[in-house]
Amino acid sequence: MEKYGAVIAAGIAAGLINRWLLLRSDYRHYPTYPHGQLVHLALGFIAASLGAVAVPAIAKPDFVAVTFLVLAAQQFREVRNMERETLMKLEESKLISRGTDYIEGIARVFEARNYLVIMTALLTSGAAQLWGVKSAFIIGPVSIMLTLRLMSGSFIGDIAEVKQGQVHFEGSLLMVDDVVIMNVGLPQTRKKIIEEGLGVIIKPVDDNARLNLDAPGQRKAIIHDVVSILGSKVDINETELMPMARKQVDKGYLALFIVANEPDLEMLIEIVKRVPVLESTRGTTLQSYYGRKAAD
Amino acid sequence: MNTALSEYVLAIITCETDKVKGGGCPVFLASDQEEMEKTSLLLARILGGIVHDLENGIYLVCKH
Repeated sequence: MEKYGAVIAAGIAAGLINRWLLLRSDYRHYPTYPHGQLVHLALGFIAASLGAVAVPAIAKPDFVAVTFLVLAAQQFREVRNMERETLMKLEESKLISRGTDYIEGIARVFEARNYLVIMTALLTSGAAQLWGVKSAFIIGPVSIMLTLRLMSGSFIGDIAEVKQGQVHFEGSLLMVDDVVIMNVGLPQTRKKIIEEGLGVIIKPVDDNARLNLDAPGQRKAIIHDVVSILGSKVDINETELMPMARKQVDKGYLALFIVANEPDLEMLIEIVKRVPVLESTRGTTLQSYYGRKAAD
Repeated sequence: MNTALSEYVLAIITCETDKVKGGGCPVFLASDQEEMEKTSLLLARILGGIVHDLENGIYLVCKH
């Protein structure tokens, strides 16, 4: 036991630190509450233990133990269900919903992060076993850095150009540049929108990006992130100032309209740029032969 | 599950009596533009809808 103590400890430590850093890397700070974080740190500890114990189990050799480890890893599938259910329940009482695509993305990330922790723990304890505990101090940080880099994904800022749009009215139609957002009836609401409304244009760089921005799920995610930081003036039963993202049907770019509590256009543009591109809505037309042909 | 009415015209407010015929929803008559705006604002707040303007003297309150 003493022989493997340091190896297992190194693996668990690396895995737990990795999980902690992955929790903090989320700029929206989800999950926000201590209890939510504790749940994930506890699961991270279990995942790290699994990864750390695997190498000593093989070295011993105890193949039955390894088989059980593989079975235990299956448990992390439940993490995805757990996150999905929680977020879906919360969705019902939200003024501005996240959208199912975003929830699915978040749930998947939470599951995947546990596998990353297992991998980090496995690599670190493997290194400690093979080349001594000192090497764990190199392999551990390197694999943590690697997971942080690999799982960062792409952002709206990478696939689209975000710039200011002019909020104005054509008759009763609210427009941002040349994109129709909605029909607004009351003169006082129009006045409020002209005075306080913010508009941005999100221009996709290529056909993949255009398909991505087309997806309602992606648009909801953008709106949700913006509202969760800048706030909105929507209230229960007063939905006239609802933030919206609509498409210029001919040219394929998006216009986002919002009346925010904190009307800072520069920050709005920065927030939109930092919205993650959702896996489930990612456009892949340029990967196909016909898509490439149609694009030129 | 949300079972409330949505995408539905809840009320029509107008002072152009000859432009609106009876239908599935109540029609509120107003004597001038000011009253029309006030009635539609109140109705929108009460019903939880949004006021839309048909640009021919007819306002409607719609639930989305």
